[in-house]
Amino acid sequence: MPRILEVTDLSAHFPSEAGVVRAVDRVSFHVDEGETLGLVGESGCGKSITALSIVRLVPPPGRIVSGRIVYKGTDLMTLPERRMRRYRGREIALIFQEPSTALNPVFTVGYQIAEGLIVHGIMKKKEALREAVRLMELVRIADAGRRAREYPHQMSGGMRQRVLIAMALACRPSLLVADEPTTALDVTLQAEILDMLRVLKRDLRLSLLLISHNLGVIAETADRVAVMYAGRIVEEAGARPLFASPKHPYTAGLLRSMPRLGGAETGSGGGRRRLPAIEGNVPDLARLPSGCAFHPRCPDVMAECRVHTPGLLPLGDGAVACFKHHDPGGRPR
Amino acid sequence: MSALLEVGDLKKHFPIRRGMLSGVSGWVRAVDGVSLRIAPGETLALVGESGSGKTTTGRCILRLLEPTSGSVVFDGVDLLALKPRAMRRMRRQVQVIFQDPYGSLNPRMRVGTIVREPLDIHRIGASRRERDDMVAALLRRVGLDPSMKDRYPHEFSGGQRQRIGVARALALKPRLIVADEPVSALDVSVQAQVINLLMDLQDEFGIAYLFIAHDLAVVERIADRVAVMYLGRIAEVGTREEIFRNPLHPYTRALLQAIPIPDPTRARERAVLRGDPPSPAQPPPGCRFHTRCPSVIEACPRVEPPLLEVTPGHWVACHLYPGPGGASGG
Repeated sequence: MPRILEVTDLSAHFPSEAGVVRAVDRVSFHVDEGETLGLVGESGCGKSITALSIVRLVPPPGRIVSGRIVYKGTDLMTLPERRMRRYRGREIALIFQEPSTALNPVFTVGYQIAEGLIVHGIMKKKEALREAVRLMELVRIADAGRRAREYPHQMSGGMRQRVLIAMALACRPSLLVADEPTTALDVTLQAEILDMLRVLKRDLRLSLLLISHNLGVIAETADRVAVMYAGRIVEEAGARPLFASPKHPYTAGLLRSMPRLGGAETGSGGGRRRLPAIEGNVPDLARLPSGCAFHPRCPDVMAECRVHTPGLLPLGDGAVACFKHHDPGGRPR
Repeated sequence: MSALLEVGDLKKHFPIRRGMLSGVSGWVRAVDGVSLRIAPGETLALVGESGSGKTTTGRCILRLLEPTSGSVVFDGVDLLALKPRAMRRMRRQVQVIFQDPYGSLNPRMRVGTIVREPLDIHRIGASRRERDDMVAALLRRVGLDPSMKDRYPHEFSGGQRQRIGVARALALKPRLIVADEPVSALDVSVQAQVINLLMDLQDEFGIAYLFIAHDLAVVERIADRVAVMYLGRIAEVGTREEIFRNPLHPYTRALLQAIPIPDPTRARERAVLRGDPPSPAQPPPGCRFHTRCPSVIEACPRVEPPLLEVTPGHWVACHLYPGPGGASGG
């Protein structure tokens, strides 16, 4: 399958009093056409900054310090800002977590959906407003013609998230970057939105980069998964192999520590049981441990982990950054 | 077993005012007739989505909010009838852990002081020295190094802050802790540590929990019994086994089916609920769930189903399940 996006050695740094924060540290990944790549990680691991980096919207004082972002053969890093704007929203669209702050309170939702079409010169205002209603129907908003004239505060959280998806789809992008699109929603609404994203992706032939801390959301949506920890990708693999046999101790720990409905559905006893937690805390990006950032919490820590930082190296059909699988010279163990 | 906490027909209605000077134009019936029992040492999970009234129920039990009506009986004493002084004494036995480990700790107080404050207020221990020793023991018990007592909350991670909140709640050796979404703000890898801590403390001290949560996977780990709330009412109550293996209410089923499972090989069978939950200011007539229910029958929009015991200990408010006494209320 052709690559739609290939990110190589991307780094985004933030200056701080405590020193440089490497929010994104030499991250490489790709998204194939028509595929969903899930990017999973905990708070502060750099997954949102990675998303913003793709469209060169890292909030100052942060900035991209190195890397290539090749979208359909063009390295976005080399484009002047004027040309970059033609990609943002039109080719690559973003959906954010917070449906209440991403909408402008003084414009109708119909206008906000149409705005991209008008700004990019795709349609005149009247036509764009009609298209907005069609897009609202597409994201399953009932009575779209009337609701298009409403303001964001008149809508529930679930409705607003649907409006944001309609906005993102307006210019028919090829790549959708969705950063925690369902995290602020209740679980029944989350199920509906995920369901809708799957259908839209298929019908509109989108490629999707889905960012989430929720392994369940990732498992249900992603074809392939990249796991981030402390600014780096520590493992990448197809969704099935990753969940069936995680290679990185962090991925394995994360999967074990996540409570899942067990007893009720599998009849395996389930119920009141201690969870195998990962010891310690998610590290502060300004004060990262030496060597592999996961080493203080790792059950399989070795001497070299404290000194050297493992690179992301191929393993099977995926890749892993861990000295359990490669020695510090990069040779498979 | 006799109940440690018994909540009867609890209601909390908030007035809606359109402007500063205009009168009340309506009521948000956040909690609208909730009855619950918690036995000593038991964990009752109160689950529901936003707007279900679960947090308001917890706050009314703690009397952080004054209920509109109903009763809250703790160990035989009606908390709602207590004068402020007596209520303060009662607070030794009923403590709280909040969701937000950032907002619930005073940023200007050292953590040792935060944990010692309840001991100071209730004059526990013979001396300051003795109380400091108790603080050290508490910090150690929740997995923090007692030498951290002179640090401020911002120097701790989310998980550590929640441990501080647990230590503070634990200081007075309460018999009941109302834990309002205690792990939902935490990262997955840290969440498990705090859940384990709460279970260990219960085993050690025999504390009962009212565990308010929206995450059913967490609830299945920690709860003995589960109460499911929808728009201010209890939809279903039962033991953990019953609720998870034999959920009866269509809303409980939908909630369970909606949880994403971290296993990509599983094809999910899912009845996706249509529409958003209605506003608690205007709950639908009849069964409040009927506007989203996949199994709606003729009675549902007309008659509010009563909460009936279908099998021993398993109660459900749904017209699909007439109680043992025959047809459901109408």
